[in-house]
Amino acid sequence: MKRYITYIVLGLLALLPLLGLNSYLMHILILVIMWSVIGMAWNLLSGYCGQVSFGHAAFFGVGAYTAGMLYSKLGISGWWGFPASVFVVAVFALGIGYICLRLRGPYFALATLSMGVIFRIVAENLVGVTGGDLGIMIRERTWIDKTWYFYIILIVAAATYYLVRKVIESKLGYYFVAIREDQDAAESLGINTTKYKTIALILSAVITGFAGVFYTNYMGYIDPKVVFALHDISIITIMVVMVGGVATYWGPVVGAIIMVLLAEAIRSIPKLGTAHHTLFGVLLIVIIIFLPNGIVGDFSKLKRLFGMRRPAP
Amino acid sequence: MSSVNLEVLLQTLISGVLLGGLYALIALGMTIIMGVMKIINLAHGELMMVGMYIAFVLFSWLHIDPYLSVFIAAPALFVLGVGLQKFLINPVMKVDAILPENQVILTVGIGMVLANLATIIFQSDYRQTPVSYATKAWYLTDLWKGAPLELSLSFPWSVSFTIAVLITACLWFFLAKTDTGKSIRATAQDLDAALLMGVNVERMRVITFGLGSALVGAAGCLFIPIYYIYPDIGGQFTLISFVITILGGLGSTVGAILGGLILGLFESLTATYIGMGWAPVGRFMIFVAVLIFIPGGVASLLRSRKFGK
Repeated sequence: MKRYITYIVLGLLALLPLLGLNSYLMHILILVIMWSVIGMAWNLLSGYCGQVSFGHAAFFGVGAYTAGMLYSKLGISGWWGFPASVFVVAVFALGIGYICLRLRGPYFALATLSMGVIFRIVAENLVGVTGGDLGIMIRERTWIDKTWYFYIILIVAAATYYLVRKVIESKLGYYFVAIREDQDAAESLGINTTKYKTIALILSAVITGFAGVFYTNYMGYIDPKVVFALHDISIITIMVVMVGGVATYWGPVVGAIIMVLLAEAIRSIPKLGTAHHTLFGVLLIVIIIFLPNGIVGDFSKLKRLFGMRRPAP
Repeated sequence: MSSVNLEVLLQTLISGVLLGGLYALIALGMTIIMGVMKIINLAHGELMMVGMYIAFVLFSWLHIDPYLSVFIAAPALFVLGVGLQKFLINPVMKVDAILPENQVILTVGIGMVLANLATIIFQSDYRQTPVSYATKAWYLTDLWKGAPLELSLSFPWSVSFTIAVLITACLWFFLAKTDTGKSIRATAQDLDAALLMGVNVERMRVITFGLGSALVGAAGCLFIPIYYIYPDIGGQFTLISFVITILGGLGSTVGAILGGLILGLFESLTATYIGMGWAPVGRFMIFVAVLIFIPGGVASLLRSRKFGK
């Protein structure tokens, strides 16, 4: 049973649009899956390899702008962003990695955070290339119906899940975990830490870029403040994984479900809407203090808490 | 170089130094927290924002001068910092988690809550304290009649700068001469050795976090007469202080002061000669350049000069 759970979940998800859900529910589903993709990507770099990134908005934004600029400058469909972004995002990730990966721990975190901000400022100021604050608008949507968007992001998510699983269960994954646990020890055992950290960064960045490409095509409008946002992209990415479970396969998915539903719920309550960052912040603080490994990572703790299993002897 | 060009250059340098002194004060708080606790306080700018709003409220309700509110905001921020450290950050330092950066993420959460609460209480309007001396300035020609150049020195900027220098001097005295200060430096240098020497490390951490918060709160009060506030202003100052700490050398107080001055000068020069919008980019260019070429910061250069011979 446990071996097939992935396929069962995937199959159930693929059947969902046949139920004839209304377009709002489809939108929520699409957002949940998109955030799971970003979460899984972040998890690969930060959860498994231990390099906590505060700047994933940079990769998301570069992916989004690759698709947007293919449309606005070359006049071809934004969907070509998927193949194009692999190359573009990887080049940017190499550059960022060259600068940031020489730092460790919290310094790496802050360096990536500044990278995200630099990208936003540059995108705002290079009006000739990116269109500046006006952003890029995709005038003709590919589909009116959301079903195909759903299937596309579902395929991306399934591929990401498969890739993360394959990587983590391979030798590469063990290198990543070794680097996270003790970088000096890993190096002394002959692991080229810089090389493997760069690999983790590029994998993570390219997947995040995919989510960005999808975002451009799905939303039809991007501007620097949206796709390079610090709080609404970078920090939410961290929250998705922290809430769901760091270094677990299903953590980002659980986290994405909770965060997207929570954001929608808070937004719909009048007066409380302005306070959504407070509630997110409090949630983050509570999770870090009581469930530092997230809901999936500390599931046994939760079970004990609610008396579903007798306490360990 | 014509005299107008020279005037512009000198004026830019003056404002750069004034700005740099204030930057140094902000970065000092972050540096001592980083030195003692080995964590980066990402809520640093938000704490400054709290200090700024305290000064703003005191000014608009009780008409207390922003410079006097340093004496209220700094202790208030000290208490807030101690509370945060004691009830939120210390418990997390003991929690066993996969990611050691949990404390950093925790400070992000604290910052989010502070900024959002400020938005709820004060709305997201830009606000100012219209002090009477805001546009007062000294002119070189008033002091020296036949001066070949015309330079001006803004009154609030120079007062803020002077107070910042005074606070820095007090901090130096505290760290160098008092028992508590010495214990803080010992904890920063070697935690285990300090512990063995009978330093109450836990208490030093609490005091340091409070002290760092108080410093940045005071900086907030000094910024208020010359700047404007809005609830999300904190983020940019967190980044500025981080850039300065990297520039100066991690955990080095002298480095933070020098780094603040360099950044202030550089930003002022970019703003004058390239354009206002690019000043933040200049800031990050420095940051990237430092990471690539002098990863140890200015402090490492000083050290190698001293011991290199």
